[in-house]
Amino acid sequence: MKTLSVDHLLGIKYLTAEDIHLIFETATQFKEVINRPIKKVPSLRDITIANLFFENSTRTKLSFELAQKRLSADVINFSAGQSSVQKGETLVDTVNNILAMKVDMIVMRHPYPGAAHFLSQQVNACIINAGDGTHEHPTQALLDAFSLKEKLGELEGKRIAIIGDILHSRVALSNIYALKMLGAEVRLCAPKSLLPKHIESLGVMVSTDLMSTLNWCDAANMLRVQNERMELNYFPSIREYSQYYGLTLERLKQLRKEILILHPGPINRGVEITSAVADSPHSIILDQVENGVAIRMAVIYLLASKLIIPTT
Amino acid sequence: MNPKVLLDDKKIEIILHRLSCQLIERHGDFSNTVLVGLQPRGTLFLERLKSMLVSMKVTNVKTGKLDTTFFRDDFRRKEEPLNARSTEMNVAVEGRDVILIDDVLFTGRSIRSALTAIDTYGRPKSIELLVLIDRRFSRHLPIQPDYLGVQIDALQGDKVRVVWDDNPRNNIVYLEKQNA
Repeated sequence: MKTLSVDHLLGIKYLTAEDIHLIFETATQFKEVINRPIKKVPSLRDITIANLFFENSTRTKLSFELAQKRLSADVINFSAGQSSVQKGETLVDTVNNILAMKVDMIVMRHPYPGAAHFLSQQVNACIINAGDGTHEHPTQALLDAFSLKEKLGELEGKRIAIIGDILHSRVALSNIYALKMLGAEVRLCAPKSLLPKHIESLGVMVSTDLMSTLNWCDAANMLRVQNERMELNYFPSIREYSQYYGLTLERLKQLRKEILILHPGPINRGVEITSAVADSPHSIILDQVENGVAIRMAVIYLLASKLIIPTT
Repeated sequence: MNPKVLLDDKKIEIILHRLSCQLIERHGDFSNTVLVGLQPRGTLFLERLKSMLVSMKVTNVKTGKLDTTFFRDDFRRKEEPLNARSTEMNVAVEGRDVILIDDVLFTGRSIRSALTAIDTYGRPKSIELLVLIDRRFSRHLPIQPDYLGVQIDALQGDKVRVVWDDNPRNNIVYLEKQNA
């Protein structure tokens, strides 16, 4: 019998390859469950989960909530905008107040890198990181790698490109950790101003040439330009960015082979990827969304299995 | 003496033949019947039973494999995690006569979770239970088999091992005594 090596999901960095394989095996079974006429299992009927979103989210929040409900957990939702955080309450106070209501598990998105790690050391609950600033977004990386594995088979030796705003992307960092752990080759492609310094030290290749990267890879994960995190001008204009780094159907047709296209969403259609590409047979964007629920069910299920009910 | 042989290959073959006859008697041509093997070991038993039915000219046998891990009532009650196995239910159960198949019936809790799990695929017309070994006097729930290979008495810590081999001559069921 296998179990996760961690008690929280703070980042891919803290997982082992065995953990990722266990999450994938469990998610495969949950994917079958969510395609049944009745898509619900009773496993977590005695677990309460709080979703704490200190930053905007649409699909991650919905996906987590749906995963929790499919597992029969009780769910409470918290958005920073409508809370006492606005009155100056600290993160630890906010979370401890929620835990006093007998909550077992916290799913948190926060604008500050390391917030989930900090919380895991301060409070007595299982923490799942749903994105902490520009640091990590582990469940997104897991669902990306799971979707790739479904289409490409084992990722050992596969060539995966991550293209776009690497500098501000938590998805990029988590993807790099996950893909490298599974044996894939990773190449980043972006204008130099959107590539973090020393990123090669993570064992990835770096390029500024979109076409050579597309010709090299088996799959390309197109990242959004995160205007909301940009305090400076990193490129002259959106139009120029899309001319050099935007993925179009014409560019795909020029390639020597067919490649898969991923996007973590939300898509800026016409900037990093055109509508024609996003809606083409190359795109596995909607597979990613479906797999997101199964992966999150697996993560929650496996972490909850460690919350043993005392028998005395 | 450890382990003790409960059933050898010849007895297993006779039981498979008898259970198949009983199924044919009650389910006729199997047009509205689905045999569902419970993961992990009930599916192996199901394969042998299906082969026997086919050898008895029943060709219309619909089968599925059901994993009940996510429906078990001991989640978070064991240090050992519950790892799920694959479910392959590519056959409709709505309005059908479903027969759950497992190798050993012990506490009845696996069967209870299977009764809940099968409902997620639809509402069967009826559900029956077929087992190879019934460990009597050990039930935690009011669950009894409709079709039975043999009934045995075993202590709580004893283990019943059912070994299925590609060569039917190596099929065997034995009992491992707790402190033997």
